[in-house]
Amino acid sequence: MSKNKLLSGPYLLFILCGTVIPLLAILYYALVDKNGSFTLRNIASVAEPVHLKALGLSLLLAFICTVICLLLAFPLGLLLRKSGGKNKGFVIFMLILPMWMNFLLRTIAWKVLLQKTGVINSILAALGISNGINIINTPYAVVLGMVYDFLPFMILPIYNVMIKIDNSLVEAAYDLGASSFKVMKDVLLPLSMPGIISGITMTFVPAMTTFAISQILGGGNIYLIGNIIELEFLHGGSRNVGSGLSMVMMVFILISMALLNKFDKNGEGTVI
Amino acid sequence: MANILELVHVSKSFDNEMVLDDLNLEIKENTFMTLLGPSGCGKTTTLRIIGGFTTPDSGKVLFEGRDITNLPPNKRHLNTVFQKYALFPHMNVGDNIAYGLKISGKSKSYIDSKIDYALKLVNMDGYKNRAVTQLSGGQQQRIAIARAIVNEPKVLLLDEPLGALDLKLRQDMQYELIRLKNELGITFIYVTHDQEEALTMSDTVVVMNQGYIQQMGSPENIYNEPENAFVATFIGDSNIIDSIMIHDELVRICGVNFPCVDKGFGVNKPVDVVIRPEDVILDEVGKGQLDGVVTHLIFKGVHYEMEVMAGGFEWLVQSTVLQPVGKEVSLRVDPFNIQIMNKPASEDEEAVVVDV
Repeated sequence: MSKNKLLSGPYLLFILCGTVIPLLAILYYALVDKNGSFTLRNIASVAEPVHLKALGLSLLLAFICTVICLLLAFPLGLLLRKSGGKNKGFVIFMLILPMWMNFLLRTIAWKVLLQKTGVINSILAALGISNGINIINTPYAVVLGMVYDFLPFMILPIYNVMIKIDNSLVEAAYDLGASSFKVMKDVLLPLSMPGIISGITMTFVPAMTTFAISQILGGGNIYLIGNIIELEFLHGGSRNVGSGLSMVMMVFILISMALLNKFDKNGEGTVI
Repeated sequence: MANILELVHVSKSFDNEMVLDDLNLEIKENTFMTLLGPSGCGKTTTLRIIGGFTTPDSGKVLFEGRDITNLPPNKRHLNTVFQKYALFPHMNVGDNIAYGLKISGKSKSYIDSKIDYALKLVNMDGYKNRAVTQLSGGQQQRIAIARAIVNEPKVLLLDEPLGALDLKLRQDMQYELIRLKNELGITFIYVTHDQEEALTMSDTVVVMNQGYIQQMGSPENIYNEPENAFVATFIGDSNIIDSIMIHDELVRICGVNFPCVDKGFGVNKPVDVVIRPEDVILDEVGKGQLDGVVTHLIFKGVHYEMEVMAGGFEWLVQSTVLQPVGKEVSLRVDPFNIQIMNKPASEDEEAVVVDV
């Protein structure tokens, strides 16, 4: 027993320094003003129109990103399950390959691609399409970046759960008269739920809290809650307000996760 | 009785390996038919072709005379009980049983009464609202059967449904299945590698090996009159002895002439003789047909199993009377217990198509 405690020591130390102490610090700063006296004003500042708008946009974009990822990942999971051949490993490899590159690099690459005089528009112009695509510095570009960066986190848990579903369950449903659609709806979808929940968690949370993607692909026009917090901390704002907003965001995320976990009755495969 | 199912010249190979080769099989209405054989003999593939989960490379599947070869499983009037039960883990017992009925659009009251009826039939009254994951293997098996039969299939396919159960439960379920078949009055097609299970339950046993039907017949017929060495060794214990058919109704076994009842094998022809161990009678030296000495003795519960060295062959003998090791004895076999088989011309011919 004591040996086990010893083994977990480095991890506990890491958690203490990396999670517990910073969280307590944020909590402290959120609840005091510049002079160190107690206040709820930092937390209440979320009600300011600028902050509310940023929070709302964060929720909206993260939601859209999650839905798109889900719509891409679930059919792919079905397809990979069905194909069952040698291509499976290759397809998964191609999906994971971009993850080996730093995500900032990938996001900046999208900026280069999407610019008004960027690669995509140059190619379109060469093909005689003069208007091109003008989504850089708009929420569309931000969502595109989010989907690109977070899609693998949706695909992998769904795929992992789906390939483990016993094929005899699918055959049993067919045997009892179900159509392909019914088999999907009644058997594959419910049994994939743990993976779907896990995928939603791993997509929605980072999309909700990102500030880098919105900064790079939003061109300084798109303010998500993460950008506001970054401004407060690093660019002449108040770290107390930043901490207050962080606490609010954390509560939002915890609520979303609690709601999600309600759907996942078995509790398998969830991250939080 | 009419044929409910027919397989006509069905062949199937996986990755260039022939699993079924020109299989022909007729299944009569309202019979309990068992496909019996070692793993890899093609029995499960045969069942999957009937169920629609595997498409044959060539040949036809006829259901009540109609070609259903290319019909998907959800369009066939058959239901399957799967080897690993395949109950939907996210549905309770009642929802599992109701699934097929809901799809065919039956009314709620009809479905409810059917669930109750099916649960009674498989002795699982009161389990309607239980989670399937909380049931034991035997209970899950019963629910899997209930889920299949509520759809009133004309043929029920069972793929080694008792394979995962322990011996006692398996024996109980064998009787349950016989009772169910008689109550429902439908055709059962049952796949197993367990010869005892096959003999206990079936009206007709189809012994398969290497993609061919080795022999098809009633359990008694398969056991007492195996047509080749494979069937004889696969079904029960047996003594298979190189012998010579002197002429009709007389065979020379281990240098001694034994009267038998088989005819038509020719004169002085090498044959294989099958004698079941329980058909060998031990007597005092000199009183039987062939003298020998007991070399091994094992107590098996119901009987003793002995090995007797006689005439250069080690005979397997089962008897309720003990003969100690080293004792000299004499063997005797009644003529009708001697089963004569043609010798296979080659190794491959062990797997010939047998016309029934």
